[in-house]
Formats: sequence, structure tokens, C-alpha cells
Amino acid sequence: MTLELEISEQPQSAGKTKLAVIDTDIHNFDVYDDPVFNQIITDYLAPEWLEHHNMIGMRGHYGVGYPRHQPNAARTDAWPPSGRPPGTDLDFTREQLLDAFDMDYGILNPLAGAGGQLNQEYGAQLARAINDYQIAEWLELEPRLRASILVNYEDAELAAEEIHRLGGHDGFVQVILVTRTREPLGRRKYWKMYEAALEYDLPIGIHFGGSGGHPLTGGGWPSYYIEDHTGMAQSFQAQVASLVCEGVFEHFPELRIVIIEGGFAWMPSLAWRLDQSWMRLRRETPYLKKAPSEYIREHFWLSTQPMEEPRQHEHFVQLLEQMDNGSKLMFATDYPHWDFDSPDRALPATLPLEIRRNIMAENARQFYNLA
Amino acid sequence: MTSSAHAPQSHSAATDNGHRSGSGRRTAAQPLNGSRNPPSTHSVIDCDIHNEVSSVEQLIPYLADYWKDYIRGSAFSSPSANDYPRGAPTSGRPGSVRAEGGQAGSTLQLVREQALAPWNTEIGILNCSYRVQSVRQEDLAADLATAANRWQIDEWLSPEPRLRGSLVVPSQTPARAADEIRRFGHHPQFVQVVLPVRSSIPYGNRYYDPLYAAAVEHNLVVGINFGGAPGNPPTPVGWPSTYLEEHAGMAQVFQSQVISIIAEGVFDRFPDLRIALIEGGFAWMPSLMWRLDKEWKGLRSNTPWVRRAPSDYIRDHMRLTVQPVGAPPDPRYILQTIEQLESETLLMFATDYPHWHYDDDSEAWPVNLPEPLNANIWSQNARSFYRL
Repeated sequence: MTLELEISEQPQSAGKTKLAVIDTDIHNFDVYDDPVFNQIITDYLAPEWLEHHNMIGMRGHYGVGYPRHQPNAARTDAWPPSGRPPGTDLDFTREQLLDAFDMDYGILNPLAGAGGQLNQEYGAQLARAINDYQIAEWLELEPRLRASILVNYEDAELAAEEIHRLGGHDGFVQVILVTRTREPLGRRKYWKMYEAALEYDLPIGIHFGGSGGHPLTGGGWPSYYIEDHTGMAQSFQAQVASLVCEGVFEHFPELRIVIIEGGFAWMPSLAWRLDQSWMRLRRETPYLKKAPSEYIREHFWLSTQPMEEPRQHEHFVQLLEQMDNGSKLMFATDYPHWDFDSPDRALPATLPLEIRRNIMAENARQFYNLA
Repeated sequence: MTSSAHAPQSHSAATDNGHRSGSGRRTAAQPLNGSRNPPSTHSVIDCDIHNEVSSVEQLIPYLADYWKDYIRGSAFSSPSANDYPRGAPTSGRPGSVRAEGGQAGSTLQLVREQALAPWNTEIGILNCSYRVQSVRQEDLAADLATAANRWQIDEWLSPEPRLRGSLVVPSQTPARAADEIRRFGHHPQFVQVVLPVRSSIPYGNRYYDPLYAAAVEHNLVVGINFGGAPGNPPTPVGWPSTYLEEHAGMAQVFQSQVISIIAEGVFDRFPDLRIALIEGGFAWMPSLMWRLDKEWKGLRSNTPWVRRAPSDYIRDHMRLTVQPVGAPPDPRYILQTIEQLESETLLMFATDYPHWHYDDDSEAWPVNLPEPLNANIWSQNARSFYRL
């Protein structure tokens, strides 16, 4: 079926134009049970928390297990020769990612389950340890890298403390949390964290993952990893709706949010739907001064991976058109995970050069203020 | 009905800032391309008209003496659900509540006047939102469902031959739901089993197989409708503060159910099963298809019974009703969305009466499309899917 839509820009011929690349989602720590990850924690954890760590350790909302298809959810070729787990060997990340694709910059997003800990104080200590590891073993060694401040987001005061500790460090460009939280992120219990991030002009990155103790869907617990993995997009949508509908952006007009590893094709329809519901229900939220889609347009950026792949190229063009030509999209690989989007083939080569250039690097360069 | 009743308005679709004004009349999309055949030349099948129980008193005549005593003695008034808050404009359009009170969509006379007459609707499919699924006591839930279905026959289906009904079933107990389907499945006016989209166990789970087996046995569509009150939160991240989030966010629950139904192999176990997604919108469907197809490419060994791309299952087994449209401010985008579905058969017209989504009947389906898409949406897709 073709409805003969006008496509504003004709795809250009696929050329081998060399584009700058900035990768907005690289992992240098993961939550898997592994002696190396444990060693990193014990190397950097405050000494008075070591006994707690050795006796109890990580303890989140347990009872949820979806085996992840690949060991450590990693590309099979991402295990470094050093024997360390994927993503934790800087030399190998350089070789396989930064050098291989001649990246200008990469943003590190450590995943350590800090916010999902039942013991809030321990979660904050865990975040602190991982952040110190990022400084010592990544930021000080590799000028192309920037990092995200890991926080225990479920306790906004503890999160704010960590932001104040590191917000002035040039290597940190973002505060990172994960999408499956205990409460929707618009709730006031999280606001002190946003306030602290704004003091340092740091955006809030919301990354794939987490466990807040609720069923993974609004319809209950699914059975398979493919549902867990695909279903992350619904969690992101709930977070966007919450941040908008709770009036967070009326309270923090400068706050910027990045959706990381959520895909992005769902965003236009979410904005339309929110607008339609808001037109009828707006008296419920008198503090909202404009349509939800306007808050979304002003405050949300999205990393590209896992990029939705329409069967027909023109549908991808339409999608970008619906998203202001991708002006809020920032390329990401999700290295070293199995669903890696490759810089040289993820984005259709037939897209206009300007759009590809912006998505591959320039949007992120501007957003994260990278030289 | 005159043909002009359905002609799209000629004024601009968007205000100067690109968004519809939040107050006053909602503007309709301008005709974009394709034929301008007025819908009046097509027959109309409305796939979502609500017939609601206003009070448990209406069901008392259909209940055993034990339940009459129980209900009176315990002051049970209704299942615990607030998925359609009574004061919310989305729950009842102006004029849809009788002067003497009661639930919007609870009287046949108003349904005839406000839902059937404006469209000269040939067939209207009823969806009753009585939430027996939220009654924790299994026997009461099952008997309330039976009572609601007998009430539907007596008060709606028998008096009005243009109407078809959807069976209310205690889906939280699939064996009892199957009993209910077998009790009434032979009735010629029941064409569907209706489930609330919010559940405590996703609808792809094998737990529901008895329900699906009974539906297929009786040639009934399974309709998944907005709302529900299973007790667990409506989002993966807990309870939102506002009904606005819940109302808009219902689209995500639909997405989760589609993922579950495909991934957990419902259509592989029941190749004849048909599932309608009702009152969930459809603009989200292309992006879900793209994402699911991509995930399936990478993870299909995880669910080896899923033998084809998920979007192919969706096109073969599922249909979506059009209201609430969730329409974009730029009317071109809705055409793009329909094109991205890559199907001429997925969408079915529905008013979602009495829920208030559009201001004027002419806006209930604001897009003019080329044939056969146009006729398909107005009635042919529903006729074929529901085998009317």
C-alpha cells in the first residue's frame, strides 16, 4: 500500500562519506556475578562498607530472572584477550570500539544496580565506588572518554550528595539512572536529584534496565527475555509521561533528559497520545502550562540504539520527519552488548548527509558540550 | 444521515504553534488525498460501543439468593475499579448520562440516539466494562459475569438487533471464563469475549489457554479493551499520580500485551484465534512492529515457536479500533502511520461511545483514504474479522 506521501528530502546516493562518530552509550561496568566486577567494587568501596559487601553484597528486588541470551549480554567477540569481562578492559575497548570506528568521543554508562539496592546507603556507596573507578581507570587514561555519574536514584538526597561530590569534575557529563524505578520518575521524591544535577548543568540519562519491584509490564510478569528486552520501551514511555505530567519541567525549566537504549520510534505516537488525553483531562493538572508534546520537544533527547528498523526505507524517513529530522537523536552502540548497533551500518546510508552527520556526532557534541 | 455529516471540516488542522488548541472545538484533519467518497456511501460497523452496568441492582435479578443476601449484607456495590473515573471527560461525553444519573453508556435509548443514529450504523459491537476480573472471590466473580451476560441479552441484544455483544468473563480464572464462553457462545449476537487490557498475568501466558480454546471453539473474537483493575500498577515503574498518565499510558499496556501474545506463542497454539485491540489507539503500532521484528531477529532462539516475523502475526491475527485516534498535530503523519502498518485490513471504525474523544460526529474518523482502505475501515474489515 502506498499513500503517495511527499517526502521532503530525497535520499542522497549512498556515498562513503566519512562522518565523525560520538558514541553516547558505552559500558565499562555491568551487574553480572564475576570476580572482576567484584574486585572493582572492593578496590574502590569505602573500607567501612567492605564487611557489609562481603557478607550481604548486592541485594535488590530479587525473584526476577530472564537469562540474557549471551553471557553478560555481550557480543561473543567482545571478551578481551586479557580475560576480563566485556567492557572492563580499556585497551580492548579502544581497539574494538574507539579506534576501530575512529570515534571523537564516547560516553561511559556504568551499570551497577546502585539504585536498585534494598539497602539505600549501600547503594550510594556502590555508586561512589564505581564513580571513583571510572575516574581512575577510564577518565584519567583516555581523553576521548566522558562518563556518567552513577547515583542511587531511589534516595534523592544520597544521589544529590554524589552529584555534589563529582559535579565539578570535567570528565562527568551526565547523571545516570535506569528506567525501571520504584516509582515513576516525575514523583517529587526524585526532585532533589534533579535540582543537584542542574547546579552543574548535567543532563539526566535514563538508561535501559533496572528493577523497581513491580511486574515488568502493566499487564503483569512476562515469561521470556525477548519480552523483558522489548518491553523496556514501555517503561521508558511511562517515565516520559510521568516527568511531563507531574510538572517536573515547570519546576525545572532547564532540566534535560536523555533516553538511553530505549529506541526512539515510539516517541512521536506517545507525544500525540499524551496531547490527546491532555486536551480532555487538562484540568486534572493545572500546573501544566502547555501541551505534553511541547515539554517533550524541549526537554528530551534520545540515543538511537536499539534503532527500530522499518522494512521500508521511506518509513524510516517519515519517522525522522516526525522527529524534527532527528535533531534530538544521538548515536549509540551499546558496546559491548549483543544488540550493538554498528556506526558504519546502523543508520541507513541513503539518509541525507546532514541528518546522518547530526545523529552520528554533532547533536551529541553540542548536547554534551564536547569540543 | 446526510453525507455532509461526515465531510471533514475545511478549517486548518493545527494552530499556529503546531498543536491543537486545548479548549474549544477540536479541529478535524483536512482531506489529504485519495477519494472523497463520503462515508455515507459505505455501511458503518462501529466496533466499540460501551454498554455499562450502572449498579449491581441491575444484576440482582440474575443472581442466586445466596449472592443477593451476600451483596445486601456486605454492602457490595461494584467491583473495585476506577479505570473510568466518573467525572473525567474521557469517561462520558456531554449528554451521555441520563438526567436521573447512572453510568455513561448505560441506556439503550441513548446508545440508539447518540451512537447508532448519527452513522446509520448497520452493526454496533458492545463492550461492557463490568470488572468482574477485579473481584477476588472466584465464585462471585464468575456469577457476576453470568449475570452481566444475561443482562446484556435481556436489556441490549434482544431489544436491538443491530447490536452484537461481548461476553464478560472472569479471565483471572480461565477455566471459569471458558465455562462462561461455553454457556453463551452459541448465542448468535455474542461475537466476542472482552478482556480488560490490564491484567495480573500477561495474555500471552499459557495460563489463559482454556479461555482461548473456548473462544476459538465458539468462533468468537477475543477483544482486549482499555482499562482494568488487576491490583498491580498500570506501568512497569509503579503507580502514576495522574489519571492523565494512566489514560495516555494505556497504550503501553496494549503494547506489552501484543509483545506477550506474540512471543509466548498464543497464535502458534491457536492458529484460528483472532484478537481485537479496542480503545487502545493505533499510532504506536508501526514502531512496535519494527522493534519486535528486530528483537525477534536477534532473540528468536529464545522463543522458537515464533516462526515468522512478529509483525506478520499481528497482520494476520489482530485488528485495532480507531478511537481514540491519538492523532498527530500534522495530519500528514496520520497517513504515514497508516501506511507504515503495511496493511489494508488492520483498522476498524469505532466511536468508543460514550467516551469523549471527538467533538463532532464528523470527526470520529477524520481521515479520507483511498479505496478500498476507506470502505475497509468503515465496515469491511470488521465484517470480515467478526464474520458478520
